[in-house]
Amino acid sequence: MPRRMARLGSPSGTRALTDAENLKTTPLDALHRGLGAKMVPFAGYAMPLHYATGILREHLHVRSAAGLFDVSHMGQLRVLGDQRIAAIERLVPGDIAALPVGRVRYTMLTNDTGGILDDLMIAKRAGDLSLVVNAATKESDIAHIAERLPQGVALALEPDRALLALQGPKAAEVLERFVPDIDRLPFMAESVAEVAGAKVTLTRSGYTGEDGFELSIPADRADEVARLLLDEPEVLPIGLGARDTLRLEAGLCLYGHDIDEATTPVEADLVWTISKRRRTEGGFPGAAIIKTQIASGPARRRVGILPDGKAPAREGTEIQDAAGRTIGRITSGGFGPSADGPIAMGYVEIACAAPGTQLQLIVRGKALPARVAPMPFVPHRYFKN
Amino acid sequence: MAMLKFTKDHEWIRVEGDEAVVGITDYAQQQLGDVVFVELPEIGKNVEQGRDAAVVESVKAASEVYAPVDGTVLAVNDALADEPATVNTDAQGKGWFFRLKLAKPAQLDSLMDEAAYTAFTAGLA
Repeated sequence: MPRRMARLGSPSGTRALTDAENLKTTPLDALHRGLGAKMVPFAGYAMPLHYATGILREHLHVRSAAGLFDVSHMGQLRVLGDQRIAAIERLVPGDIAALPVGRVRYTMLTNDTGGILDDLMIAKRAGDLSLVVNAATKESDIAHIAERLPQGVALALEPDRALLALQGPKAAEVLERFVPDIDRLPFMAESVAEVAGAKVTLTRSGYTGEDGFELSIPADRADEVARLLLDEPEVLPIGLGARDTLRLEAGLCLYGHDIDEATTPVEADLVWTISKRRRTEGGFPGAAIIKTQIASGPARRRVGILPDGKAPAREGTEIQDAAGRTIGRITSGGFGPSADGPIAMGYVEIACAAPGTQLQLIVRGKALPARVAPMPFVPHRYFKN
Repeated sequence: MAMLKFTKDHEWIRVEGDEAVVGITDYAQQQLGDVVFVELPEIGKNVEQGRDAAVVESVKAASEVYAPVDGTVLAVNDALADEPATVNTDAQGKGWFFRLKLAKPAQLDSLMDEAAYTAFTAGLA
């Protein structure tokens, strides 16, 4: 089935905003428009696809200096109550009990068949758990979690907080000017600090493969903090377009594309997020299926794919083995500006999942040679203590 | 002087006798953003007005390029294989896509001239 192509003349192949859409806006909406962003609808929000700089240069700038992303559309939640850790462990396969206070973990909400309802970050604090979930799934996540929390454990929403991401090799150096000693914050750890008088929660994490931070800020102070960071010479504003190419090069999953309710963490090659204790004890939705798949291997797995030529293979592209048999589909694919060529990820039958395996990608009716490649496509450069 | 015409799908066509050179407009490349790949037709292929003739891909998306008129492909711009960004820097010059032998020159009458195309794009949101 060929994927429908964009019309020439439409902005970057995406639908333009129309006034009739009633989109939600983030606290940085005026800032985006002032910076000349191309705004597009995304998960019910008007979001910047790119600025005047363009996706390619925005991407390269994050890899060489620092970029500021508005990710305020994502859901910020808190889980409160004495039994909160046990309660959240009944919903995710991640080891939250073993997570030290002040640390952050990547995990997922699973369903009874081991499928992924969402992927999320959980930070452990002295008095609560903080969750960051995807924008498109936040309403369903909230309903799912709230329904399953026991008496005495509560879910609190934080709609009045914005979320910014400062990413890139210069991110720590820039932030250090406002938050002394922030460069000492370990990867996947959280800290609270004042930036321009605003109380900001910082985590050393991100979605680019680079060193960087995510900053949760009271919504009414977000514009001010964003402008302060953008005034630094190393920092450019970065849109959703480069966010997608950066995370694809880093081999990171995009929910609804690379993972969904029909893919398990084992198929998605996310077993590293499940500790030995949780594999043994289970106690999360779909645990039996996930345990079986870990033991005997899944039928298919998410892999990196490098086309041999220069033609990008986009989401939905059919993957065949060397003999021409259909063995899977691409779930994310495009051009990697730092990889300087086409890159993709997708699911293939397990017999074809080893790096180096020859594949064919059916692009516009033609079989293009490709091979399974290790991910990330561009090495991670996370902060090491 | 060569005649330059435009389509509502944002292709340009420069007519030189019974041949013509085709590319995408500067407006189209601006909307598309950074071009990273161009798929050109095979030499000798017969293309039809309004039907797929080439593909242009930016970082974000793939778009079809239609033939502005019927014709036979005489030559393609092979330089775009190594330097697809030429479409961004010189869309209506060095960023040309293919050269056609015109089959139905009368079809050119249905296309816009430069003034009409400029007015057309100005009216697009």
